Amino acid sequence: MIKHANSGQETEPEVLLRAENITKEFPAGRKKSVHALSGVSLDLIKGETLALVGESGCGKSTLGRILLHLLPPTEGRVFYRGQDVTDLSAREFMPFRQHMQMVFQDPYASLDPRMTVEEIIAEPLTTHHVCAGKAETREKVLSLMEIAGIPGEFLLRYPHQFSGGQRQRIGIARAIALDPEILICDEPVSALDVSVQSQILNLLKHLKEEMKLTSMFIGHDLSVIDFIADRVAVMFLGRICEVAPKEEIYSNPLHPYTTFLLDAIPHADPHRRKDQRLILQGEVPSPVNPPKGCYFHTRCPYATDLCRQERPQMKEYGKGHQAACHKL
Amino acid sequence: MNSEKILEIRDLHTSFFTDKGVVRAVNGVDLEIGPGQIVGLVGESGCGKSMTARSVMGLVRFPGKIESGSIRLNGKELTGLTEKELRSLCGDEVSMIFQEPMTSLNPVLRVGRQVQEAVLVHNQSISRKDARKQVIDMFERVGIPEPEQRYNCYPHELSGGLRQRVMIAMAMICRPRLLIADEPTTALDVTIETQILNLMQQLCRETQMSVLIITHNLGIVAEICDYVYVMYAGRIVEHAPVFELFDHPAHPYTRGLMASIPQIGRNPEYLHTIPGVVPNLLHLGEGCAFAGRCDCAVDRCSRELPEMVHVREDHASRCFIISDAEFS
Ligand SMILES: Nc1ncnc2c1ncn2[C@@H]1O[C@H](COP(=O)(O)OP(=O)(O)OP(=O)(O)O)[C@@H](O)[C@H]1O
Ligand SMILES: Nc1ncnc2c1ncn2[C@@H]1O[C@H](COP(=O)(O)OP(=O)(O)OP(=O)(O)O)[C@@H](O)[C@H]1O
Ligand code: SF4
Ligand SMILES: [Mg+2]
Ligand SMILES: [Mg+2]
Repeated sequence: MIKHANSGQETEPEVLLRAENITKEFPAGRKKSVHALSGVSLDLIKGETLALVGESGCGKSTLGRILLHLLPPTEGRVFYRGQDVTDLSAREFMPFRQHMQMVFQDPYASLDPRMTVEEIIAEPLTTHHVCAGKAETREKVLSLMEIAGIPGEFLLRYPHQFSGGQRQRIGIARAIALDPEILICDEPVSALDVSVQSQILNLLKHLKEEMKLTSMFIGHDLSVIDFIADRVAVMFLGRICEVAPKEEIYSNPLHPYTTFLLDAIPHADPHRRKDQRLILQGEVPSPVNPPKGCYFHTRCPYATDLCRQERPQMKEYGKGHQAACHKL
Repeated sequence: MNSEKILEIRDLHTSFFTDKGVVRAVNGVDLEIGPGQIVGLVGESGCGKSMTARSVMGLVRFPGKIESGSIRLNGKELTGLTEKELRSLCGDEVSMIFQEPMTSLNPVLRVGRQVQEAVLVHNQSISRKDARKQVIDMFERVGIPEPEQRYNCYPHELSGGLRQRVMIAMAMICRPRLLIADEPTTALDVTIETQILNLMQQLCRETQMSVLIITHNLGIVAEICDYVYVMYAGRIVEHAPVFELFDHPAHPYTRGLMASIPQIGRNPEYLHTIPGVVPNLLHLGEGCAFAGRCDCAVDRCSRELPEMVHVREDHASRCFIISDAEFS
């Protein structure tokens, strides 16, 4: 049961997107493969902002792209409102596409340099035949620009004429053009200047509230995630090791990896300085050749023989708080 | 602060003479570092942090040029030295970790050999075997797993994070008196970042090494720096001991920046934002470069360049409005 911010009533959580036992392998030369995801299950619940955190290469973007049908999983199923959409062709998926959009990390690479701002934002509108005629399309584009905080006079400019923050606003305007239900933001502020990050974070939070968006926020900065998320999923090497409501994750982390991540955050306050930092020893395992058992065991100070042999299962340790660790 | 200085930069001007005009990347910078001190240089993308560092290392390339100013390393004037003379200081007097690790390793040499060479060049009496041992030791200390195997890898066989750690090992292995670290951990995961920051601090304590750490991450600054310089559009706008800077930021830019970064457990509903974007260094006006974004600005600010004014002992700010009010 989750409490809806808007109604104040307790209702059955409505799962918009569900990843079930997703595995993704990429070929990596001679008979080898990268195990980008190994049996990941995750629900995206209506109205929430779910954060996905973990080290570089742990599979966050891959999971986001599989959820949005931009990449097929090797194994496992994806459900949208209970309907299995895994095997739909791109054409069959079209009607679902408008409900879910993505904002990308790199505002430099993700916009077509040859298109004007108007063309970039109008593209999804035209593809899905949302507006009748040019005038209506332009009107819609202008209103989207206003929402995203781009001055209307920039309509006919090209991406290279904008700063990183402005480009990210263009990407956001395009992503919300079809009034999606779900927005997956893949590290939307990582490439931005510090003084511009907060502008974009505020915009995303504002949109989420205005448009009642359900969103997934991929990131690695736990301070940013504390600002934006309701629930946090922590990933390590292609597996989810802990999921919990935000407050729970920060006040009561269960998985040893989560504890390390939280301890490692450099706080922007010298009074919170740590005299003693936890240091992770040991091998950083490779996704090409992941270890047996718990993937974290090579770096985990609590690892036992059981951890080295058997994969720990996700178990519930409190309301909405799950973790996969033998020690718990 | 000790009166003996490791590095003393006075009124440094480094500019790029492009066909569009003169880019004043470093526009009258004063900066000093004492023995064993960890000094942070923070500021946004393009404000001139790397160019300040590259000026010290004599690595400003055409169309860039050090126009005027003085750079003293252990009392010795560096401006005017030939590249060869400068190179002889690199390693044990000063060494630098570059922002782009890919470009600074030789692609056809095994990484262990490259670092071993650095040891041999600076210590003619050491045997190759001992040098190799030192390298493997250092690899281990910077968190390179299986250091003996990695010793024989070529740069392209290592991940970006590992290459960065090789660079860090190479920079630290000769125990330089001054280490300049340009965004040393930006490409690394937090758990590795902690390890590297720890190691730098340890070397400072053990060998009285001084560090100039360049970053845009105020968390890192708060965590390890003793003293901080804040840079904006080619100029130092504020400098202070780290606690003083975070407790009583004086310059409106510093105050805005500190208020706009998300912090765990202290995040408001919406973050503070600094309006607008960083100015283009090609079109800087007469006055304070922050004037257009500053909520304290008065007429005078856009006409006249404010001097550095001492707010307290050891704490100065380049702003007409002197205020040590805490920003909330
Ligand atoms: N198209 C591809 N071909 C081969 N390997 C891939 C491909 N895409 C991703 N990978 C690999 O899959 C793993 C997961 O990648 P992914 O991009 O999902 O990680 P991530 O968590 O988003 O990392 P980052 O934080 O760096 O963005 C990595 O080891 C990556 O190298
Ligand atoms: N070759 C060049 N020609 C013209 N301008 C240049 C050149 N190299 C650098 N600059 C300019 O000099 C200024 C300072 O660059 P610098 O690399 O020092 O920035 P920085 O503070 O290190 O930024 P970042 O955080 O992005 O690394 C920038 O505005 C940049 O555009
Ligand atoms: S399962 Fe074992 S190795 Fe994995 S995190 Fe828990 S204690 Fe550590
Ligand atoms: Mg990614
Ligand atoms: Mg730089």
